[in-house]
Parts: sequence; C-alpha cells; structure tokens
Amino acid sequence: MSSDRFLAHTAIGDFLEGLVQTGYTVYCPQKEPGVRQSVIFAPWQKGLPISLEKATVAPKHLVLPQSEVLFRYSKHKESAEPAKQSLTLDANEIFTPTLLFASRPCDARGFAILDRPFLQGLFRDPYYARRREALCVVSLTCPSGCATCFCHWTGAGPSSPEGSDILMTEIAEGFVLQGITDKGKELLLASKLPEAGEKSQEATKARKAAWQSLSPVQDLSTAPQKLAEIFADQAFWSQATQACLACGACTYLCPTCYCFNITDESLDGENEQGVRLRSWDTCMAKQFTEEASGHNPRPDKAQRMRNRISHKFSSYPENWGSFSCSGCGRCVTHCPVGLDIREIVLKAIHAKTAQQNEKETS
Amino acid sequence: MPALANNELRIVGFLCNWCSYGGADTAGVARASQPTDLRIIRVPCSGRVDPLFVLKALLNGADGVLVSGCHPRDCHYGTGNFYARRRLEVLKRFLPILGIDPARFSYTWVSASEGQRWQKVVSRFTEEIHALGPAPRFEAVEPLAKACSWTQESKGPVSVISPELLEQLKKAIADKLPELDCVLGWQEGRDLLHSVPLFIRSEDDLTKLRCDATCHNNLVRYLPDLKGQKVGIIVRSCEARSVVQLLQEGLISREELVVFALPCQGLLDLPRLEEALGRYQRLEDLTLTETTLRLRVDGQERVFQTADFRQSRCEQCPGELPAIADQSFGDFSGQTASQTLPPELAFLDSLNLQERMGFWRACMERCILCHACRNSCPMCVCRDQCIAESREPHWQSAEASVKEKFFFQIIHALHLAGRCTGCGECQANCPVGLPIFALRAHLNRIVSELFDGYQAGCDPKAVPPLLTYSQEEAHIHERSWE
Repeated sequence: MSSDRFLAHTAIGDFLEGLVQTGYTVYCPQKEPGVRQSVIFAPWQKGLPISLEKATVAPKHLVLPQSEVLFRYSKHKESAEPAKQSLTLDANEIFTPTLLFASRPCDARGFAILDRPFLQGLFRDPYYARRREALCVVSLTCPSGCATCFCHWTGAGPSSPEGSDILMTEIAEGFVLQGITDKGKELLLASKLPEAGEKSQEATKARKAAWQSLSPVQDLSTAPQKLAEIFADQAFWSQATQACLACGACTYLCPTCYCFNITDESLDGENEQGVRLRSWDTCMAKQFTEEASGHNPRPDKAQRMRNRISHKFSSYPENWGSFSCSGCGRCVTHCPVGLDIREIVLKAIHAKTAQQNEKETS
Repeated sequence: MPALANNELRIVGFLCNWCSYGGADTAGVARASQPTDLRIIRVPCSGRVDPLFVLKALLNGADGVLVSGCHPRDCHYGTGNFYARRRLEVLKRFLPILGIDPARFSYTWVSASEGQRWQKVVSRFTEEIHALGPAPRFEAVEPLAKACSWTQESKGPVSVISPELLEQLKKAIADKLPELDCVLGWQEGRDLLHSVPLFIRSEDDLTKLRCDATCHNNLVRYLPDLKGQKVGIIVRSCEARSVVQLLQEGLISREELVVFALPCQGLLDLPRLEEALGRYQRLEDLTLTETTLRLRVDGQERVFQTADFRQSRCEQCPGELPAIADQSFGDFSGQTASQTLPPELAFLDSLNLQERMGFWRACMERCILCHACRNSCPMCVCRDQCIAESREPHWQSAEASVKEKFFFQIIHALHLAGRCTGCGECQANCPVGLPIFALRAHLNRIVSELFDGYQAGCDPKAVPPLLTYSQEEAHIHERSWE
C-alpha cells in the first residue's frame, strides 16, 4: 500500500494540531516583520499563520542549537577534608520529539551532511544523535530555483529526498505527502490524511517542472582537487576575499556549517557552579584558530574564507565523498558585501596553478 | 541599621575610591542609619565606570544602579568625573529606548566628608527603587510582535549618476591611480540590482565602476584596514561623514587618502525592494531614473516608484557634504536636509517602556549573533579585539540567550555614542531585519540635545563630545538630592 497522502491547503492547521497532540513539537516557517522580512522556524501553536517561504535561517538549530548545555557542574568542599573538592555533574537529557514542517530539500540535505561527521565518524555525538533521532523532517519541494540557490550544482535538486522523512509537493488544492524513510511512512500511515491516489502523478509532474526551471548546471566535480592545488595561493585568496567583512553571517545562516566552541560559563561569578556550553562558532572569527600561545595560523580573512570554501568543496568531500554545501544560497543572499561562493569555487576551478603559471612564463 | 527583612531589592553602587567610598565610610563611622539594599563596588574614579557596567548590572538582575564620584572640579585625577558626567547623562537618556526605566539609574557626587549627604542619597535612591519595585527581567517579559511602518511622506528622488559624470570620475581616478595603491568604489554584484564593493587597482578594474542608488555599502569600513597604503575613495554624503569621523578620532590619516566626492539624492532600500520583488530566478535588465526603477525579471516587466523604496535614512541626511573632498564631481545643490525622525525611532517612541522591552525581546529571539551589523559598521574599528568575544575580561557568555544577544546590541550601540554617522549599514545588513538603527538614532538624538546639535562626522575640526568635556555643562542639569 502506498503511503502517499494528500494534505489540502485548508487542512494544514488540523494536521499540525494532530501532530502536536501526539507529542511532537512542530517547527514551521513563520514570517517575521522587520526592516527586511524574515522567515524563521518557530514552534507552531494553534491559530498561528504559516508561511511556506524558504526560511532566512537554516533549521540546523534543531539538531545543533546555537548554544546548548552539555552539563551543569557544581563543586563542593568536604568538611572533613577541606583541601579536597568534589564535583557533581548533571547532564541535560530531555529531548522531545520534534517535527520540522515545510523546510526545503536543501535544508533537509543539510541534516544528511551534518549526520556524517556527527554520527558516522570516530565518535558518535550523543547530544546530536538524540536530537536527530527525535526529529522528523517534512520538506517542501521547491517550485523553482531562485536567484542565489544552486542545489543542482552540488548534486541535488528542488525535490531531492536526501535528509527528509517526508517530501511534500504542492499541487492545485494542496500537497502530496510522500513517505521517504520508515519514520515518515509510519507517520503518514498513522495520520488521518486521505490517500493521495492519482494526485501522486500530479505531484510528479510538478516536481519535473521544478527541475526544468533551473538554470544550467555547472560541473563542480574537479573542485576538490583544484581547491587543494591552489590552497597555498595567497594571491588568489586575498583577491577573492578582499571585500569580505569577516562577520559570521554566511556560517550562521548555513545549513551545513557545524563548527562549535565549548566553554565553561560560571553561574555564580566564582566558577563554583556553572554550565559547560557548546555553542556555534564561526571560522570567520579570529578566536576560531587562535592558539593558547597567541599564535594564529589563520591571521586574516583570506585564510579564514579559504578554510570555509575548502572545507565545503575539498576536505569534506575527501572524507565523506560529497560536498558539504547543499546549495541553499543563503550565504550569497545575505552576505553584506555580496561575496558569492559560487563565483569563488568556479574561479578556483578555472584558476591556473603555480606550476601552470611557471610553464607559461618559461 | 534598619534591615528591610526579605524586602530588599538589589541595588548596585559604583563608588569612586577617593570621595564617595570615603563618604559612605564617613556615614558608617558616624553610625548614620542607611538602608541595606545597596551593594558597593569600589572603582578608582567615576571616570572608570563604563556605561556598560551599569547596563550589565541592570540586565542581570539589578533593580537599580547608582554611580557616585567626587564633585565636579574636585576629581582626584582632575578630569575623570567631567568625562563621567557626559557618559552617564547619555546613558541615563539612552535607557528608555531599551525599555528600562531611567529612574532605575542615577549618578551623583559625594565627597569623603559628606557622610550626611551620602546617607540622604542612598536613602532617597533606595526609597525610589522600592517605589518602582523589582525590575522586569528582560528574559521574562512578554515578547511584543509588532512592526514599524516604513512608508513615509515626502520622499525624494534617488541618485542616478549620468554617463558623462561617471566618465569624468573614471578619468580622474585613472589619472590618480598610478600614485595610489587602490581606489574604493562599487561594481555590479550577483545581478544588476545588487552592487558590491570594488577595489580598483588597474584600468581594467575601473571599467567595472558603478555609482548609482543601488550602491549601499559604506566603503569607509575598509579604510582602517588599509592604513599605511595610499588609498582613493569615492564618497557621498554618508561616506564623507564616516571619513570625517575616523579622521577626528585619528584612526585614519588624511595624507594617505584621496577623496573623490559625488552628490547623492538618496539610495534604494534593497531589503524592501527584494521583499516587493519576491522570489525570482533571473534579473535580465534594469533601468533606473531618479523616479522610476524598471526591472525585467524572469521575462516580466516590473516597475517601481523609487520614492516608495528610498532608504528612510536618506530623509535624515544633513545633505551638505563635509569639507573633505579632494575632487568633486557634479552638482551638489540638490541635496537638502529634511530632518524627519527615522521611522524605526518614531515607532519606538510610540511604545511605552514595557512594550519597548517586549519589542526588543521579540527581536532578540531572531538575532543569531552573526555580527554582520558590527562588521559592516564603519565605526567599529576594534575588528578582532571586540569585547563581545573576549574571554578575559568576560563581558559576554557564549550562551545564545536573548539577554546575551541584547547585551551585544547594547555594546555596539553604546560604543557608537557620539560617533555614529547614520549610514544605517548595521540595519541594512541584518539578515533577519532587526531595526537596530533605532538605538543609534536615539543616541544621535541624545548627543544632539546635550551638545548643541552636534552631529558626528560633519566637522573635521570638531572634537567628538564624548572625548572631551566642559567644566560647566550647558545642557546637563543634575538632579538635586534635597
């Protein structure tokens, strides 16, 4: 039996309410007014209007919160032996089932990219793992590309299922929901939604149309090798990053940037009690690589941006076999000075290596 | 001493070592009865009190903060309290925009011999804080989801630079280029609507130059990094003010700078334009006149009235270009000042204290601390040394809580007091559209009120008001404690 279900536009509220009743915390995109309208994933409550636009900030905070308490600590002096101090640790273990509604395939693919280092590497990160296991991802197929996104260059597309549990595609009166993983299929089978039946074909058509609307694809297959070759080309990186402001907008908006920092934060001013925090870090910051000696292997923005781009298009692919960029384009859209990662990667692919330059001059 | 059992509030006092701390001691030795809510932190001088001390205390649970130093003209170090008086008065007037009752903060002067005066000050202040009750906690207030309206009346045109003028400018730059390391300008970015900074180092680069109303980046941001190089820069009114302010502070050197000035009627508000435009794939064509913006997007013609999408900050532009240009191009006579209140500030003015705190609380839930506001600010010159990221001293926790985020915004705003040239880049570059320019606009208003209409970056010879003092302040009327 097919698990494809149909969700009418008018039934979204009831569907989400049903999920809340079964114990899910549902996150969905909500429009926030401001100088610039932003779309933010926020917990859904009955009656809240939903936006189906692409979110301004990627939903990675659901598996990797901007800051999370790894554990609380408190130090105690023992009265019998005042020189001795004991330490109590208290880890936060509550992870509630969470459903992400109407993220985009590039957001979902971000989770798949994060899964590799956090779950499949040398260490399985228990905090990440529990959040990830508790998360159900319902992605909305993009109807078309946009001016800054480039998922198809990175090996995916507007209806890629990677990272999603359920893929939903908009058709005339609503959406066709298609179970991708067992978790997604079970959720759909247990729901009260009507079967999609013939509407599934309509959804297939819509997905095809979305793929056809995309701009011509660029071949990035040589990027890992080319980026490795020009790694030491200081002139290339200085030129490419001269406008960079070294803020962290690109890394914090990114669905695949996962670098973090771990700090102890005293709660009483004397560090007798405190929390160990894991929080987002950005490779654009000086402190990211600053060593205890004061030496900094990446003293300026050229090396920091080189790291960001090389990680996504060279070193991550070396380790995991795919780019760690889902092509969402948020870094391009929101860079204050319009630094375009697509342009830099293409430039790198076509850049001449030092050896080639030598040959030409000799 | 009458203990206010279980009824105490948390009041923090920053007392100067030489006068007020002695005054409190005198009161104690004289066994003058005092309330016990005040916790004293001894500082070397009232001039040592960073306004951020006060705000950190208020955000972290203090119900009131009192700063007390030597009487003016009686400072142990000569002038510390003169500087303190200016900073603390600015601070007191800054608090309401954050939603904090200014009555929760006070500053005064008590000498070492004035035990009685100390008793009066501390009793009165404690009484007043008790009348206000416990302070609302930022992290506990109800978020207020309200938006400010951006539509304004009497909008002017936007800047269009004629091809002839652009050629003239290019020629002048080409002539100067051999003696310069680079010239800062703008070029087309990812599409015709999005301009980005251009670093002109060759004649080839020069062909990319663009100077119209889509060019919003404040290029002055790059100047401190280029110190030691001979640099040319294209300025309009807002960039010119930023250049002047950095010169006033000695952060860049005039000898290393060649300034090419252009007139400006106004810039386009890209974030609002993008919102109106919606999601698009290809921008095929753009035609811009002073009044109309014509775009061809995904095969469709879209027409916008530029007056509807002029940046609101252009309405407050003082118009006149500060006397800084080495070479000027075009006609500067059309630039006029309208001096309306920025819409984000007018909006905050319309809220009460509680609503303002709720408004910022809702904003901070969206802030991701990406620091695009700070890093695009031409006046944020600390670069990698920002106190927001320092672990020692530990100004900020790494916790991404609304309180920490708000404190970061306060750090940025307060470090711009008397320095902000109003370019609005902080706000324009916020990915989540927070109206943080309101904080700067309010500070600019305070500085103008207190210091005879001073506007940052308008006069290369002026000393920024918070870097100086006068013995008698014309507009600071300290409260009497009688």
